[in-house]
Amino acid sequence: MNNPQLDADGRLRHLLSIEGLPKRILNQILDTAESFVGVAEREVKKVPLLRGKTVCNLFFENSTRTRTTFEIAAKRLSADVISLNVNTSSQSKGETILDTVDNLIAMHADMFVVRHSQSGAAHFIAKHVPDHIHVINAGDGRHSHPTQGLLDMFTIRKYKPDLHNLRVAIVGDVLHSRVARSEIHALTTLGVPEVRVIAPKTLLPAQVEKLGVHVFHDMKAGLKDVDVVMMLRLQNERMNGAMLPSAQEYFKTYGLTQDKLNLAKPDAIVLHPGPMNRGVEIDSSVADGSQSVILPQVTYGIAVRMAVMAMLAGGQNPGSQAGSQA
Amino acid sequence: MTSKNISLPNAEDLLKMLAQKIQPLLQANTALVGIQSGGVWLMQKLLVLLEKDIATNAIEHGTLDVSFYRDDYEKRGLKAENRPSQIPFDVENKNIILIDDVFYTGRTTRAAMNELFDYGRPASITLVALVNRGGRELPIAPQITAAEIALDASQNLQLIQNQDGSLSLELQSLNFNQSQVHMHE
Repeated sequence: MNNPQLDADGRLRHLLSIEGLPKRILNQILDTAESFVGVAEREVKKVPLLRGKTVCNLFFENSTRTRTTFEIAAKRLSADVISLNVNTSSQSKGETILDTVDNLIAMHADMFVVRHSQSGAAHFIAKHVPDHIHVINAGDGRHSHPTQGLLDMFTIRKYKPDLHNLRVAIVGDVLHSRVARSEIHALTTLGVPEVRVIAPKTLLPAQVEKLGVHVFHDMKAGLKDVDVVMMLRLQNERMNGAMLPSAQEYFKTYGLTQDKLNLAKPDAIVLHPGPMNRGVEIDSSVADGSQSVILPQVTYGIAVRMAVMAMLAGGQNPGSQAGSQA
Repeated sequence: MTSKNISLPNAEDLLKMLAQKIQPLLQANTALVGIQSGGVWLMQKLLVLLEKDIATNAIEHGTLDVSFYRDDYEKRGLKAENRPSQIPFDVENKNIILIDDVFYTGRTTRAAMNELFDYGRPASITLVALVNRGGRELPIAPQITAAEIALDASQNLQLIQNQDGSLSLELQSLNFNQSQVHMHE
């Protein structure tokens, strides 16, 4: 087995994409995150797991929210955190990615959280680093954003515990969305029986059906009787590429309004990875409405990222199991 | 290799003994905290056995999973299964009765104390263990136990919850004969 994400004992070594991770690992991450949710509600919002470790947030592409939640997650595990916006520093002076990484390893970094506009960047770094260093993909190009996919699964599971009985619709710019890819892989791996994607033809990748999803171009048909609506962010620059006529036109056809949401099951929940374009892909009244779980997603995102870091950093001794008694 | 229950004391009998010893501690401003998993099973049964005293003194209870505080995390990583710690009361100034199944090295207790202090500053902590198996590595010992069973490091004593909900002790070992069982009282 040549899966760079797992070590010889089948334990998580890097988190690069949800594709290729067994259900066992996904469930372990979600279960572990469950234990971290309560940490934020205590007098001392910290556990000592990563005490003395240094986590490096390497952001070659801006993302305030993702960077902040990784930073909070690492700090709640007692790690020291350095956040680098690399596009504004050495890279602009001509340093290569691997030189940047090597310099941080020389400063004894233990874990890298990597965001890059190029697909495969985190994978590239993971192949380069020595065994004791762990890499988390915080979004690479159009490829993958595994912690977002996992936190979406965690949120869905909180509200709809029986994943084997769900109908889920992913709506919007699937073509350019690493979030959508991670969500689709996570949903199908965890056994969600029906995953739909709803988008105009110009915003769907070729042969998207091969990922195991049902394709809809009509919002009304696609939302009928679903339990979960996962909205995607529409990036404004897509308007320029002649993929869409205009933001108003898009909202009219694919924007989530309460009227359209009423076609889903009455207790359906609405997710959005943020940042939202109100009035483009989602109506304000839905975003702030009773079916929206968009802010809980942010809260759970910290617990999920804590779980991933905790699972990566522990267990350097191959073959040993976590202690039973003492 | 399992040498099952060869002259091991009955866990349910030990539990009753433990309940008697705990009873005088059940006063106002006291709370019970079980350590996952065995300590929680014991606490659930103590809540029934000592129901009257617990109701009279309005004694609250919670559970701890000390995985995030263990000192062997770096070597061994996280267990596949964690359960959220649940302390639904204010720890500040409480007299905490901390319940574990088998006391061995003291490292679990240290982790549990560290975690408790992240919820607040308790007035006191009393450590209760069903069995003290000897072999402590830290200056920590249970104040209340129902039995002492001297075991060597190659042996593993565990509290098991049976299908019918009853508890029993199980020893995994190659050389049980060398150990000595000593019941209190």
